[in-house]
Amino acid sequence: MNLTLHVWRQKGPKAKGKLETYQATNVSEDESFLEMLDEVNEELIKAGKDPIAFDHDCREGICGMCSQVINGKPHGGQERTTVCQLHMRSFADGDEIFIEPWRAKAFPVQKDLIADRSTLETIMQAGGFTSCHTGGVPDGNALLVPKPVADYAMDAAECIGCGACVAGCPNSSAMLYTSAKVAQLAVLPQGKGEAKARVKSMTDALLDEGFGNCTNHYECQDACPKGINVKFIAKLNREYIKSLV
Amino acid sequence: MYLLTSSVGRKQLMAVTGLLLVGFITVHLLGNLSIFAGSEAINIYAEKLKSLGPVVWIFRLVMLVLFLVHITFGIQLTLENSAASPETYAIKQRTKTTFAAESMIYTGLIILAFLFYHLLHFTFHLVQTDAVDAVHTLVNGRPDVFSMVAKSFNSAFVSIVYIISMAALFLHLSHGLQSLVQTFGFNNGTSQDKVIGIGKLVAIFYGLAYIAIPLAFLFHIVKI
Repeated sequence: MNLTLHVWRQKGPKAKGKLETYQATNVSEDESFLEMLDEVNEELIKAGKDPIAFDHDCREGICGMCSQVINGKPHGGQERTTVCQLHMRSFADGDEIFIEPWRAKAFPVQKDLIADRSTLETIMQAGGFTSCHTGGVPDGNALLVPKPVADYAMDAAECIGCGACVAGCPNSSAMLYTSAKVAQLAVLPQGKGEAKARVKSMTDALLDEGFGNCTNHYECQDACPKGINVKFIAKLNREYIKSLV
Repeated sequence: MYLLTSSVGRKQLMAVTGLLLVGFITVHLLGNLSIFAGSEAINIYAEKLKSLGPVVWIFRLVMLVLFLVHITFGIQLTLENSAASPETYAIKQRTKTTFAAESMIYTGLIILAFLFYHLLHFTFHLVQTDAVDAVHTLVNGRPDVFSMVAKSFNSAFVSIVYIISMAALFLHLSHGLQSLVQTFGFNNGTSQDKVIGIGKLVAIFYGLAYIAIPLAFLFHIVKI
Protein backbone atom coordinates (compact mmCIF):
# COMPACT_ATOMS: atom_id res chain seq x y z
CA MET A 1 0.00 0.00 0.00
CA ASN A 2 1.03 3.60 -0.47
CA LEU A 3 0.60 6.18 2.27
CA THR A 4 1.03 9.89 2.73
CA LEU A 5 2.75 10.78 6.00
CA HIS A 6 2.65 14.16 7.70
CA VAL A 7 5.53 14.02 10.16
CA TRP A 8 6.59 16.57 12.77
CA ARG A 9 10.14 17.68 11.97
CA GLN A 10 12.07 19.74 14.47
CA LYS A 11 15.85 20.16 14.30
CA GLY A 12 16.46 20.61 18.01
CA PRO A 13 14.94 21.51 21.37
CA LYS A 14 14.88 25.25 20.63
CA ALA A 15 14.13 25.02 16.90
CA LYS A 16 10.70 25.69 15.53
CA GLY A 17 9.17 22.55 14.11
CA LYS A 18 6.63 21.92 11.41
CA LEU A 19 4.77 19.08 9.73
CA GLU A 20 6.42 17.77 6.58
CA THR A 21 4.90 15.44 4.05
CA TYR A 22 6.49 12.18 2.90
CA GLN A 23 5.32 9.31 0.72
CA ALA A 24 5.64 5.77 2.03
CA THR A 25 5.47 3.42 -0.94
CA ASN A 26 5.06 -0.35 -1.21
CA VAL A 27 4.30 -0.71 2.47
CA SER A 28 3.55 -4.28 3.49
CA GLU A 29 0.56 -4.78 5.78
CA ASP A 30 2.68 -7.13 7.89
CA GLU A 31 5.13 -4.40 8.82
CA SER A 32 4.96 -2.66 12.14
CA PHE A 33 4.51 1.10 12.17
CA LEU A 34 8.15 1.56 13.18
CA GLU A 35 9.36 -0.72 10.38
CA MET A 36 7.39 1.41 7.95
CA LEU A 37 9.19 4.47 9.33
CA ASP A 38 12.54 2.62 9.04
CA GLU A 39 11.89 2.17 5.33
CA VAL A 40 10.95 5.82 4.89
CA ASN A 41 14.18 6.72 6.68
CA GLU A 42 16.25 4.49 4.38
CA GLU A 43 14.88 6.39 1.40
CA LEU A 44 15.61 9.70 3.13
CA ILE A 45 19.20 8.62 3.84
CA LYS A 46 19.68 7.46 0.23
CA ALA A 47 18.45 10.85 -0.91
CA GLY A 48 20.98 12.51 1.43
CA LYS A 49 18.33 13.88 3.75
CA ASP A 50 18.07 13.85 7.53
CA PRO A 51 16.12 10.76 8.63
CA ILE A 52 13.13 11.11 10.95
CA ALA A 53 14.30 10.77 14.56
CA PHE A 54 12.03 8.67 16.76
CA ASP A 55 12.37 6.79 20.04
CA HIS A 56 12.22 3.00 20.10
CA ASP A 57 13.90 0.16 21.91
CA CYS A 58 12.41 -3.28 22.54
CA ARG A 59 9.90 -3.22 19.68
CA GLU A 60 7.81 -5.79 21.52
CA GLY A 61 5.55 -3.46 23.47
CA ILE A 62 7.15 -3.54 26.90
CA CYS A 63 9.83 -0.86 27.10
CA GLY A 64 7.66 2.23 26.74
CA MET A 65 10.09 4.05 24.47
CA CYS A 66 8.06 4.46 21.30
CA SER A 67 6.08 7.60 21.72
CA GLN A 68 4.16 8.95 18.78
CA VAL A 69 0.77 10.54 18.47
CA ILE A 70 -0.70 9.02 15.33
CA ASN A 71 -3.74 10.70 13.82
CA GLY A 72 -4.40 12.46 17.12
CA LYS A 73 -4.18 9.39 19.36
CA PRO A 74 -1.14 8.37 21.42
CA HIS A 75 0.22 5.08 20.00
CA GLY A 76 -2.39 5.32 17.23
CA GLY A 77 -5.40 4.57 19.40
CA GLN A 78 -5.57 0.81 18.92
CA GLU A 79 -6.57 -0.83 22.19
CA ARG A 80 -3.64 -1.90 24.39
CA THR A 81 -1.11 -1.34 21.63
CA THR A 82 2.18 0.54 21.54
CA VAL A 83 3.40 2.09 18.28
CA CYS A 84 5.85 -0.78 17.73
CA GLN A 85 3.01 -3.30 17.97
CA LEU A 86 0.74 -1.29 15.69
CA HIS A 87 0.76 -2.98 12.29
CA MET A 88 0.22 -1.47 8.91
CA ARG A 89 -2.78 -3.73 8.32
CA SER A 90 -4.75 -1.28 10.45
CA PHE A 91 -4.30 1.28 7.67
CA ALA A 92 -5.61 1.31 4.14
CA ASP A 93 -3.97 2.16 0.83
CA GLY A 94 -3.99 5.90 0.24
CA ASP A 95 -4.38 6.83 3.92
CA GLU A 96 -3.00 10.10 5.20
CA ILE A 97 -1.27 9.66 8.54
CA PHE A 98 -0.31 12.45 10.91
CA ILE A 99 2.63 11.62 13.19
CA GLU A 100 3.45 13.98 16.03
CA PRO A 101 5.56 13.77 19.19
CA TRP A 102 4.09 13.70 22.73
CA ARG A 103 3.21 17.31 23.43
CA ALA A 104 3.38 18.68 26.97
CA LYS A 105 5.37 21.36 28.74
CA ALA A 106 6.88 18.57 30.85
CA PHE A 107 7.92 16.64 27.71
CA PRO A 108 10.06 19.08 25.70
CA VAL A 109 10.69 17.88 22.14
CA GLN A 110 14.36 17.13 21.55
CA LYS A 111 14.23 16.30 17.86
CA ASP A 112 11.42 15.37 15.47
CA LEU A 113 9.34 12.76 17.29
CA ILE A 114 11.59 12.44 20.34
CA ALA A 115 10.36 14.10 23.51
CA ASP A 116 12.31 14.14 26.76
CA ARG A 117 10.23 12.12 29.20
CA SER A 118 12.70 12.10 32.08
CA THR A 119 10.24 14.14 34.17
CA LEU A 120 8.39 10.85 34.70
CA GLU A 121 11.55 9.51 36.32
CA THR A 122 11.67 12.55 38.59
CA ILE A 123 8.16 11.70 39.80
CA MET A 124 9.25 8.10 40.38
CA GLN A 125 12.31 9.25 42.30
CA ALA A 126 10.13 11.51 44.44
CA GLY A 127 8.34 8.33 45.50
CA GLY A 128 11.41 7.45 47.55
CA PHE A 129 12.33 4.09 48.98
CA THR A 130 10.43 1.05 50.16
CA SER A 131 11.48 -0.79 53.30
CA CYS A 132 12.49 -4.33 52.48
CA HIS A 133 14.97 -6.96 53.58
CA THR A 134 18.47 -6.84 52.27
CA GLY A 135 20.97 -9.65 52.47
CA GLY A 136 19.83 -13.21 52.03
CA VAL A 137 16.80 -14.07 49.95
CA PRO A 138 13.79 -14.46 52.28
CA ASP A 139 11.90 -17.72 52.41
CA GLY A 140 9.32 -17.95 49.61
CA ASN A 141 6.29 -18.00 51.90
CA ALA A 142 7.64 -15.72 54.61
CA LEU A 143 5.76 -12.68 53.34
CA LEU A 144 2.23 -13.53 52.28
CA VAL A 145 0.47 -11.35 49.72
CA PRO A 146 -3.15 -12.39 49.12
CA LYS A 147 -3.90 -13.21 45.48
CA PRO A 148 -6.38 -10.33 44.86
CA VAL A 149 -3.84 -7.88 46.27
CA ALA A 150 -1.07 -9.33 44.13
CA ASP A 151 -3.30 -9.13 41.05
CA TYR A 152 -4.24 -5.54 41.81
CA ALA A 153 -0.61 -4.57 42.25
CA MET A 154 0.34 -6.36 39.03
CA ASP A 155 -2.41 -4.54 37.11
CA ALA A 156 -0.93 -1.24 38.28
CA ALA A 157 2.61 -2.45 37.64
CA GLU A 158 1.74 -3.06 33.99
CA CYS A 159 2.49 0.62 33.44
CA ILE A 160 5.55 0.89 31.20
CA GLY A 161 6.02 4.60 31.82
CA CYS A 162 5.64 5.57 28.16
CA GLY A 163 3.79 8.82 28.87
CA ALA A 164 0.81 8.17 26.58
CA CYS A 165 -1.48 9.19 29.46
CA VAL A 166 0.16 12.63 29.46
CA ALA A 167 0.04 12.88 25.67
CA GLY A 168 -3.66 12.04 25.63
CA CYS A 169 -4.65 14.21 28.60
CA PRO A 170 -6.28 17.57 27.77
CA ASN A 171 -4.40 18.94 30.81
CA SER A 172 -1.10 17.14 30.13
CA SER A 173 -1.36 15.59 33.56
CA ALA A 174 0.67 12.55 34.55
CA MET A 175 -1.88 11.48 37.16
CA LEU A 176 -2.55 8.03 35.68
CA TYR A 177 1.18 7.25 35.61
CA THR A 178 1.62 8.54 39.17
CA SER A 179 -1.46 6.70 40.40
CA ALA A 180 -0.25 3.38 38.97
CA LYS A 181 2.97 3.71 40.96
CA VAL A 182 1.23 4.96 44.11
CA ALA A 183 -1.43 2.23 43.99
CA GLN A 184 1.00 -0.59 43.30
CA LEU A 185 3.24 0.30 46.22
CA ALA A 186 0.41 1.20 48.60
CA VAL A 187 -1.07 -2.29 48.64
CA LEU A 188 2.10 -4.36 48.89
CA PRO A 189 3.95 -5.13 52.15
CA GLN A 190 7.03 -3.58 50.55
CA GLY A 191 5.80 -0.03 50.15
CA LYS A 192 2.80 0.17 52.48
CA GLY A 193 4.96 1.63 55.24
CA GLU A 194 5.89 4.72 53.24
CA ALA A 195 2.50 5.13 51.48
CA LYS A 196 1.53 8.36 53.24
CA ALA A 197 4.71 10.21 52.40
CA ARG A 198 4.86 8.74 48.91
CA VAL A 199 1.47 9.93 47.65
CA LYS A 200 2.25 13.49 48.72
CA SER A 201 5.79 13.67 47.38
CA MET A 202 4.90 12.07 44.04
CA THR A 203 1.89 14.29 43.36
CA ASP A 204 3.91 17.35 44.41
CA ALA A 205 6.67 16.33 42.01
CA LEU A 206 4.08 15.98 39.27
CA LEU A 207 3.16 19.64 39.63
CA ASP A 208 6.77 20.80 40.08
CA GLU A 209 7.81 19.10 36.83
CA GLY A 210 5.24 21.10 34.87
CA PHE A 211 2.50 18.52 34.41
CA GLY A 212 -1.11 19.65 34.66
CA ASN A 213 -3.71 18.72 37.27
CA CYS A 214 -6.14 15.85 36.79
CA THR A 215 -9.72 16.98 36.15
CA ASN A 216 -11.21 13.52 35.49
CA HIS A 217 -11.45 13.54 31.70
CA TYR A 218 -10.36 9.86 31.65
CA GLU A 219 -8.69 10.26 28.24
CA CYS A 220 -5.58 8.69 29.79
CA GLN A 221 -7.24 5.32 30.24
CA ASP A 222 -8.07 5.17 26.54
CA ALA A 223 -4.59 6.28 25.55
CA CYS A 224 -2.77 3.79 27.77
CA PRO A 225 -1.25 0.90 25.78
CA LYS A 226 -1.37 -1.24 28.91
CA GLY A 227 -4.98 -0.56 29.82
CA ILE A 228 -4.20 1.07 33.17
CA ASN A 229 -7.60 1.88 34.67
CA VAL A 230 -8.53 5.25 36.17
CA LYS A 231 -9.62 3.31 39.27
CA PHE A 232 -5.98 3.73 40.25
CA ILE A 233 -6.46 7.51 40.24
CA ALA A 234 -9.41 6.97 42.60
CA LYS A 235 -7.05 4.85 44.71
CA LEU A 236 -4.46 7.66 44.65
CA ASN A 237 -7.16 10.08 45.81
CA ARG A 238 -8.06 7.69 48.65
CA GLU A 239 -4.40 7.35 49.60
CA TYR A 240 -4.09 11.13 49.59
CA ILE A 241 -7.09 11.55 51.90
CA LYS A 242 -5.67 8.85 54.18
CA SER A 243 -2.34 10.67 54.25
CA LEU A 244 -4.06 13.75 55.72
CA VAL A 245 -5.50 11.95 58.71
CA MET B 1 -1.20 25.56 53.98
CA TYR B 2 -0.28 22.33 52.23
CA LEU B 3 -3.76 21.59 50.88
CA LEU B 4 -3.90 24.89 49.03
CA THR B 5 -0.77 24.23 46.99
CA SER B 6 -1.00 20.49 46.43
CA SER B 7 -2.55 19.22 43.20
CA VAL B 8 -4.71 16.55 44.82
CA GLY B 9 -5.38 18.76 47.86
CA ARG B 10 -6.96 21.44 45.69
CA LYS B 11 -8.83 18.72 43.83
CA GLN B 12 -10.31 17.62 47.15
CA LEU B 13 -11.26 21.19 48.02
CA MET B 14 -12.93 21.61 44.61
CA ALA B 15 -14.90 18.42 45.26
CA VAL B 16 -15.88 19.32 48.85
CA THR B 17 -17.00 22.84 47.93
CA GLY B 18 -18.69 21.44 44.82
CA LEU B 19 -20.61 18.92 46.88
CA LEU B 20 -21.72 21.58 49.38
CA LEU B 21 -22.79 23.82 46.49
CA VAL B 22 -24.84 20.91 45.14
CA GLY B 23 -26.39 20.77 48.61
CA PHE B 24 -27.23 24.46 48.26
CA ILE B 25 -28.83 24.13 44.82
CA THR B 26 -30.84 21.18 46.16
CA VAL B 27 -32.30 23.23 49.02
CA HIS B 28 -32.79 26.19 46.70
CA LEU B 29 -34.59 23.99 44.17
CA LEU B 30 -36.93 22.53 46.81
CA GLY B 31 -37.85 26.07 47.85
CA ASN B 32 -38.35 27.15 44.25
CA LEU B 33 -40.57 24.21 43.40
CA SER B 34 -43.04 25.43 46.03
CA ILE B 35 -44.12 27.83 43.28
CA PHE B 36 -46.00 24.92 41.70
CA ALA B 37 -47.98 24.55 44.92
CA GLY B 38 -49.65 27.91 44.35
CA SER B 39 -48.90 31.54 45.09
CA GLU B 40 -49.52 31.19 48.81
CA ALA B 41 -46.93 28.41 49.20
CA ILE B 42 -43.94 30.34 47.89
CA ASN B 43 -44.97 33.50 49.72
CA ILE B 44 -45.08 31.58 53.01
CA TYR B 45 -41.74 29.97 52.18
CA ALA B 46 -40.15 33.35 51.38
CA GLU B 47 -41.50 34.97 54.54
CA LYS B 48 -40.30 32.07 56.67
CA LEU B 49 -36.85 32.25 55.10
CA LYS B 50 -36.59 35.98 55.73
CA SER B 51 -37.73 35.59 59.35
CA LEU B 52 -34.68 33.42 60.07
CA GLY B 53 -32.63 36.63 60.24
CA PRO B 54 -29.07 35.95 61.42
CA VAL B 55 -29.23 32.32 60.27
CA VAL B 56 -29.71 33.57 56.71
CA TRP B 57 -26.63 35.77 57.05
CA ILE B 58 -24.48 32.95 58.41
CA PHE B 59 -25.72 30.84 55.52
CA ARG B 60 -24.87 33.58 53.02
CA LEU B 61 -21.39 33.96 54.49
CA VAL B 62 -20.75 30.23 54.20
CA MET B 63 -22.01 30.32 50.61
CA LEU B 64 -19.68 33.21 49.82
CA VAL B 65 -16.67 31.26 51.14
CA LEU B 66 -17.71 28.14 49.21
CA PHE B 67 -18.10 30.09 45.99
CA LEU B 68 -14.81 31.93 46.45
CA VAL B 69 -12.87 28.72 47.08
CA HIS B 70 -14.54 26.87 44.20
CA ILE B 71 -14.11 29.74 41.73
CA THR B 72 -10.54 30.64 42.73
CA PHE B 73 -9.29 27.08 42.43
CA GLY B 74 -11.32 26.53 39.27
CA ILE B 75 -9.64 29.48 37.56
CA GLN B 76 -6.19 28.57 38.92
CA LEU B 77 -6.67 24.98 37.75
CA THR B 78 -7.60 26.09 34.24
CA LEU B 79 -4.60 28.43 34.00
CA GLU B 80 -2.17 25.80 35.31
CA ASN B 81 -3.53 23.13 33.00
CA SER B 82 -3.38 25.27 29.89
CA ALA B 83 0.19 26.27 30.83
CA ALA B 84 1.03 22.55 31.07
CA SER B 85 -0.05 21.98 27.48
CA PRO B 86 1.29 24.98 25.55
CA GLU B 87 1.37 23.29 22.14
CA THR B 88 -1.60 21.64 20.52
CA TYR B 89 -1.71 18.71 18.17
CA ALA B 90 -2.40 19.25 14.47
CA ILE B 91 -4.91 16.41 14.76
CA LYS B 92 -6.64 15.81 18.06
CA GLN B 93 -8.88 12.85 18.80
CA ARG B 94 -10.75 12.69 22.08
CA THR B 95 -12.59 9.51 22.91
CA LYS B 96 -13.51 9.57 26.59
CA THR B 97 -13.98 13.15 27.65
CA THR B 98 -17.15 15.11 27.11
CA PHE B 99 -18.09 18.59 25.98
CA ALA B 100 -19.22 19.22 29.56
CA ALA B 101 -15.81 18.23 30.96
CA GLU B 102 -13.92 20.40 28.51
CA SER B 103 -16.12 23.45 29.08
CA MET B 104 -16.15 23.45 32.91
CA ILE B 105 -14.49 26.85 33.15
CA TYR B 106 -16.93 28.40 30.66
CA THR B 107 -20.07 26.91 32.19
CA GLY B 108 -18.65 27.88 35.58
CA LEU B 109 -18.18 31.50 34.50
CA ILE B 110 -21.68 31.58 32.98
CA ILE B 111 -23.06 30.38 36.33
CA LEU B 112 -21.01 33.07 38.12
CA ALA B 113 -22.36 35.80 35.81
CA PHE B 114 -25.84 34.41 36.34
CA LEU B 115 -25.34 34.47 40.10
CA PHE B 116 -24.73 38.24 39.97
CA TYR B 117 -27.72 38.76 37.72
CA HIS B 118 -29.92 36.57 39.90
CA LEU B 119 -28.92 38.46 43.06
CA LEU B 120 -29.52 41.83 41.39
CA HIS B 121 -32.86 40.52 40.21
CA PHE B 122 -34.58 38.71 43.08
CA THR B 123 -32.44 39.74 46.08
CA PHE B 124 -31.58 43.39 45.46
CA HIS B 125 -34.50 44.11 43.08
CA LEU B 126 -32.34 46.27 40.83
CA VAL B 127 -33.14 44.76 37.45
CA GLN B 128 -36.57 44.10 35.95
CA THR B 129 -37.87 46.76 38.32
CA ASP B 130 -41.36 46.76 36.79
CA ALA B 131 -41.80 43.13 37.68
CA VAL B 132 -39.97 42.98 40.99
CA ASP B 133 -41.97 45.94 42.38
CA ALA B 134 -44.75 43.41 42.93
CA VAL B 135 -42.84 42.16 45.98
CA HIS B 136 -43.71 45.40 47.80
CA THR B 137 -47.40 44.58 47.63
CA LEU B 138 -48.68 42.52 50.51
CA VAL B 139 -50.96 39.56 49.83
CA ASN B 140 -52.48 38.09 52.99
CA GLY B 141 -49.96 40.18 54.92
CA ARG B 142 -46.98 38.69 53.12
CA PRO B 143 -44.74 40.14 50.38
CA ASP B 144 -46.02 38.88 47.04
CA VAL B 145 -42.97 36.93 45.90
CA PHE B 146 -45.11 34.83 43.58
CA SER B 147 -46.18 37.80 41.46
CA MET B 148 -42.61 39.11 41.37
CA VAL B 149 -41.41 35.80 39.92
CA ALA B 150 -44.40 35.40 37.63
CA LYS B 151 -44.14 38.90 36.15
CA SER B 152 -40.37 38.54 35.70
CA PHE B 153 -40.67 35.32 33.77
CA ASN B 154 -43.39 36.69 31.56
CA SER B 155 -40.51 38.48 29.87
CA ALA B 156 -39.02 36.15 27.26
CA PHE B 157 -35.61 37.79 27.71
CA VAL B 158 -35.46 37.09 31.44
CA SER B 159 -36.73 33.55 30.96
CA ILE B 160 -34.13 32.84 28.30
CA VAL B 161 -31.34 34.21 30.53
CA TYR B 162 -32.47 31.83 33.27
CA ILE B 163 -32.90 28.89 30.90
CA ILE B 164 -29.45 29.32 29.34
CA SER B 165 -27.87 29.66 32.76
CA MET B 166 -29.57 26.54 34.03
CA ALA B 167 -28.45 24.67 30.91
CA ALA B 168 -24.90 25.72 31.86
CA LEU B 169 -25.57 24.44 35.37
CA PHE B 170 -26.70 21.13 33.88
CA LEU B 171 -23.46 20.81 31.86
CA HIS B 172 -21.37 21.81 34.88
CA LEU B 173 -23.08 19.19 37.04
CA SER B 174 -22.97 16.45 34.42
CA HIS B 175 -19.17 16.48 34.68
CA GLY B 176 -18.94 17.69 38.27
CA LEU B 177 -21.12 15.08 39.96
CA GLN B 178 -19.31 12.00 38.66
CA SER B 179 -16.04 13.86 39.07
CA LEU B 180 -16.45 14.36 42.79
CA VAL B 181 -17.16 10.66 43.32
CA GLN B 182 -13.85 9.89 41.59
CA THR B 183 -12.05 12.60 43.54
CA PHE B 184 -13.26 11.25 46.88
CA GLY B 185 -11.86 7.90 45.73
CA PHE B 186 -15.12 5.91 45.75
CA ASN B 187 -14.61 4.44 42.29
CA ASN B 188 -13.40 1.01 41.38
CA GLY B 189 -13.05 -0.46 37.90
CA THR B 190 -16.67 -1.57 37.66
CA SER B 191 -18.47 1.36 39.29
CA GLN B 192 -16.96 4.02 37.04
CA ASP B 193 -19.36 3.81 34.09
CA LYS B 194 -22.40 3.56 36.38
CA VAL B 195 -21.27 6.61 38.36
CA ILE B 196 -20.80 8.57 35.12
CA GLY B 197 -24.29 7.55 33.96
CA ILE B 198 -25.99 8.33 37.25
CA GLY B 199 -24.15 11.66 37.46
CA LYS B 200 -25.56 12.65 34.08
CA LEU B 201 -29.09 11.58 35.04
CA VAL B 202 -28.98 13.58 38.27
CA ALA B 203 -27.63 16.58 36.34
CA ILE B 204 -30.51 16.27 33.86
CA PHE B 205 -32.94 16.21 36.79
CA TYR B 206 -31.52 19.43 38.28
CA GLY B 207 -31.40 21.10 34.88
CA LEU B 208 -34.98 20.22 33.96
CA ALA B 209 -36.37 21.02 37.41
CA TYR B 210 -34.82 24.50 37.41
CA ILE B 211 -35.73 25.21 33.78
CA ALA B 212 -39.33 24.10 34.45
CA ILE B 213 -39.93 27.26 36.50
CA PRO B 214 -39.30 29.95 33.84
CA LEU B 215 -40.85 27.69 31.19
CA ALA B 216 -44.03 27.27 33.23
CA PHE B 217 -44.52 31.04 33.38
CA LEU B 218 -43.33 31.73 29.83
CA PHE B 219 -45.89 29.31 28.41
CA HIS B 220 -48.55 30.31 30.96
CA ILE B 221 -48.79 26.86 32.48
CA VAL B 222 -48.64 28.55 35.87
CA LYS B 223 -50.67 31.76 35.84
CA ILE B 224 -50.80 34.81 38.06
